[in-house]
Amino acid sequence: MNILVCISHVPDTTSKINFIEANTVFESRDVQYVINPNDEFGLTRAIWFKEKLGAQVHIIHVGTPKSDPTLRKCLAIGADKAFRINTPALDGVSVAQELAAFVKSNPYDLIIAGRESIDYNGAMVPGMLAALLDIPFVPNCVGLDIDGTTAVAEREIDGGREKLKGSLPMVIGCQKGLVEESDLRIPNMRGIMQARQKPFEIVPPQEAIAATQDVKFEKPAEKAEVKLVPAEDLDQLIDLLHKEANVL
Amino acid sequence: MSVLIIVESENKLLKRNAAEVASYGVAFAEKLNISCAALAFHATNANELGQYGVAKVIHVSNVSTHFDANAYANAIHGFASQNNVTHIIMGSSADAKFIAPLLAAKLNAGYAPNVIALPDELSPITVKRTAFTNKAFVHTQLLTACTVIGVGNNAFGVIENPVTCTVKEVDAENSDSNLEQVAIEKTTGKATIADADVVVSGGRGLKGPENWHLIEELAEVLDAATACSKPVSDMGWRSHDEHVGQTGKPVSTNLYIAIGISGAIQHLAGVNSSKVKVVINNDPDAPFFKAADYGVVGDAFEVVPKLTQKLKAFKALA
Repeated sequence: MNILVCISHVPDTTSKINFIEANTVFESRDVQYVINPNDEFGLTRAIWFKEKLGAQVHIIHVGTPKSDPTLRKCLAIGADKAFRINTPALDGVSVAQELAAFVKSNPYDLIIAGRESIDYNGAMVPGMLAALLDIPFVPNCVGLDIDGTTAVAEREIDGGREKLKGSLPMVIGCQKGLVEESDLRIPNMRGIMQARQKPFEIVPPQEAIAATQDVKFEKPAEKAEVKLVPAEDLDQLIDLLHKEANVL
Repeated sequence: MSVLIIVESENKLLKRNAAEVASYGVAFAEKLNISCAALAFHATNANELGQYGVAKVIHVSNVSTHFDANAYANAIHGFASQNNVTHIIMGSSADAKFIAPLLAAKLNAGYAPNVIALPDELSPITVKRTAFTNKAFVHTQLLTACTVIGVGNNAFGVIENPVTCTVKEVDAENSDSNLEQVAIEKTTGKATIADADVVVSGGRGLKGPENWHLIEELAEVLDAATACSKPVSDMGWRSHDEHVGQTGKPVSTNLYIAIGISGAIQHLAGVNSSKVKVVINNDPDAPFFKAADYGVVGDAFEVVPKLTQKLKAFKALA
């Protein structure tokens, strides 16, 4: 089985978010970049398939050489080969088109991506990729079993779960639950050394055209000071929620 | 050019978020000065969309009665391409976010999810949406002739605007499925994080899963969904689907009550877009107090049962 894991390179969850150049550019200085957490859950599951079923695990990323340390980390964790489509990720549509063109000439049995990236939260690349390839897609995936050429994937729905069965190849958009936080792997020295020897291919882009453009950023308005209510006077809290906030 | 509003239904009735999505779609069409219609699958009360200004509903019932993203996306795609639909307005539920990217790819459309306001510019259409998991906003231009817009939960609100509504039955031509539903589990009779008006959430400060009745009792009085912080789900006190935060579920309710949650930056990111936040914590230095609207510094084991009692009395009078 050949698995392709799509990787986004995103600011660490603890990052302070700031913008420069009249709020048109994200300030990446002093920001630590990591594997998108949702993608890391998927990569971890892919490596489990490698260990249990002998799958080959490749990773792919659309971006510039700035992302290479993140991709090397994926190799150190256990992926066998990395591809980087050498173009800045412009928007969801163009990234999905770049990935679709790659997969059309390099078929995989299973394509795993994160539910969404934690920077732009689009949740669009995996679904668009599946639609462009005309293969099944399961988002918010929290369970995945493969039997031959059939996959049963479980997705989280509002207030529950749904199990869906389909034929491979398939795209899944995964999240925490597909593996646990405690299953995530920290690269060890051996993995880091091996990663240097693993194939890392730079792929020329299709020059897909973006369908959207982010033109300006804004930070949320400064929050007014919290109104503290004494623990002995909860009637006051109810009164504020009722009359001032109008939420009861 | 026209606007098509996709509303969701469940058990043959419109879902709660249909009102907000319809309100947005109607206002959007007005702003662009073009016509609009809504499309619903299996909704016997689809005419109620007239309450929110929708004069015409396309009703499709020759598709799977349970939600099937690919089949529904094909049906919408077919209708949209035959009827000169240029803008598709959807919600932000798990199902809406399942369909939207499939549909956008089929229509060659730009897609903007998590949109919180009407366009601030029309040429090209530019919408404001949340980004960086609610730590910021971004204004996104849609550069394609056809667009898909996902309206964030509780972001725009409901606008009552009653008009006469006609429902037209239309058969979908192509509604192929590529997945088979083998099982579905759904909690019934309980508010879910996705569509509750109020969410009551507990953290490590509750000391153990055996104390969760405090959260549940308060939630019951408020008709609220229950949620938890990441450490609580990591320790297995509560299941994953209750974890709210950056790697869990986003919450955008009207009222979010955090009990015994210190307020790590990842948690705050997940709940930032909730309108009113109340924090109950015994540590006055907990970072959550800086992000909250109202706070009580006190022992959750004393404050929460008292608050539950008082709210019961308040609700009984209301």
